[in-house]
Formats: sequence, C-alpha cells, structure tokens
Amino acid sequence: MTMFAVAATAIVIAMVLALIRAIAGPSLYDRVLAGNSFGTKTVLLIGLMGFLTGRPDFLDIALLYALINFTGTLAILRFFSYRTPSRALAEPSPKTTPSQKEGAV
Amino acid sequence: MTEFTAHISPIVLLDLSLLTMLIIVAFAMLRSRHLFAVVMLSGIYSLLSAAFFVSLDAVDVAFTEAAVGAGISTVLMLGGMLLTARREKPAAKDRAPVALAVVLATGAALIYATTDMPAFGDPNAPANDAVGQRYVEETPNDIAVPNIVTAVLASYRGFDTLGETMVIFTAGIAVILLLGAGSGRGGRKVVDRAPSDEEAQ
Repeated sequence: MTMFAVAATAIVIAMVLALIRAIAGPSLYDRVLAGNSFGTKTVLLIGLMGFLTGRPDFLDIALLYALINFTGTLAILRFFSYRTPSRALAEPSPKTTPSQKEGAV
Repeated sequence: MTEFTAHISPIVLLDLSLLTMLIIVAFAMLRSRHLFAVVMLSGIYSLLSAAFFVSLDAVDVAFTEAAVGAGISTVLMLGGMLLTARREKPAAKDRAPVALAVVLATGAALIYATTDMPAFGDPNAPANDAVGQRYVEETPNDIAVPNIVTAVLASYRGFDTLGETMVIFTAGIAVILLLGAGSGRGGRKVVDRAPSDEEAQ
C-alpha cells in the first residue's frame, strides 16, 4: 500500500512536470511530446489507482488508454508530416518539408 | 442530513491533485493565444478528467472521455486549425466584464442547485429508491460482472444499448455516404459540365 502511494506521488509529480512543458514549451514538438508522456502517466496512474483501491481490474482500462494514447499521438504526428490524418504513408510528402514550416513556431 | 466527515486517504489526495491540475490546465487554455498549445492542452484536460472519472468509478464515462476527448476531438480540432489561423486574435477588452458576469451568475446558480441534491451516499436518495438497490444486490448472482454499471448497460439494458449503437452506426454510415468514399484524401474531383445550348434555354 505504502509502495503504491509513493509510486502514485512520483507519477503525479511527473505529470506536473509534463504539464509545465506542455504549457511553457516553446516549440510544437515539446507540446506533442508533453501530451504523449502525459497520456503515458495517465495510464500508469489508472493502473496504480486500481492497486490502491484493491481492484486490479483497472489494469484493463489502463491498457485501453495506452492504445488510445498511441493512436492519438500517431494521428497528430502524421497530421504534421502529411497535413491530413488519413493520407497513405507511401505517398510523397508535400514539396515544403514540414520541419521548415512548423519548427520555428 | 448526515454530517460529512472527510477521510484523508491516498485516493482523496490523488483526486485533489487531479482536480488541481484540471484547474491549472483550464486557466492555461484560457490564457494561451497559441491555438496548437490549446489543442494539446485540451487533450491533456480530457486525459485528466478521464483519470478522475475512473477514480469516481464511472468507468464507461471515462472510456468515452478518453476516446472522444483525447482521441477524436484532438484530431478534429487540429483539422479545423489548419483551415484558420495559428494564433487567436485578442478579444475586445470592453466585452470581458459582461462575459465574466454571465459566467459568474451561471456558476453561482449551478452551485446553488447542488445544495438541493441528496448527500453523497444517502440511502434515501431518489437514485436508490427505485431499481438501483436491486441491481446492486442481484448483479453478482444474475450476471457475475464485477462492475455494476457495465452489467446494467450491457445486460439489464442490453436492447437499449443495442439501439443506441445502431443509431450511431447509422449516423456514421450516413456521414460517410454524404462525404463520399475517399474524402479523407480530398475525394474525387467533380467537374460541373457546362450546360449545352438546348439546356440553357
């Protein structure tokens, strides 16, 4: 119980750190990474919540969150390289590379 | 009305920190003029509220919040952002007091309304008067699913859920038909034929 409480505290602190980066982060990629790592921390926190309340069934929910987080980050990143979430990976990217347009924002 | 005694357990502390982060994210979204940051922060907001719903045992609401809030609507808002500017224009300062007054009045009315709600866990609350007690007692024997909400949604009200699913499925098919297949890649190019002389008369 104590171990889980300490782990939950550490994860909440990590969430706060990711949150600071998402709010302050100067570039787009800081924010994408902060959002992704925040999702990972949420997955871990939900798993820990299950063990804290003595109901490890919550692990299934945490697994589903991991899937959603993964797909969401992929959608955001593909959006920035192809300007649309659903273009095939094999198609050539637009003439201007995204890093030239987005990196400086 | 019974006296509410607060137990400081790890879960309560966890809820408090989640709610604090929710408030911080909400204010950061309000303050930020950078629309991409607002989209990412709204995804984080959805993840936080989903975690909070899990801690309130509302697992089905948490699923929906995570899938729709953090997944679909982030992508939709990014798509909308591509069509508009990257930065929000500053709002007119003279409108701010009116908006603040409306928000404060609505908030005060909502908080006033909560005073009429039954206390948390009150056995005489309307929610516990009807079939709720029966669900709580009979679910382990009838269905043997650990989560009672899941049992109610998927078994006791199974046909209701099936109907909802069919409505959403039909709506999805209708949207796909209206947008046309392949609309995600920009769709087919449709060229209007110029009317011939006979049709133009």
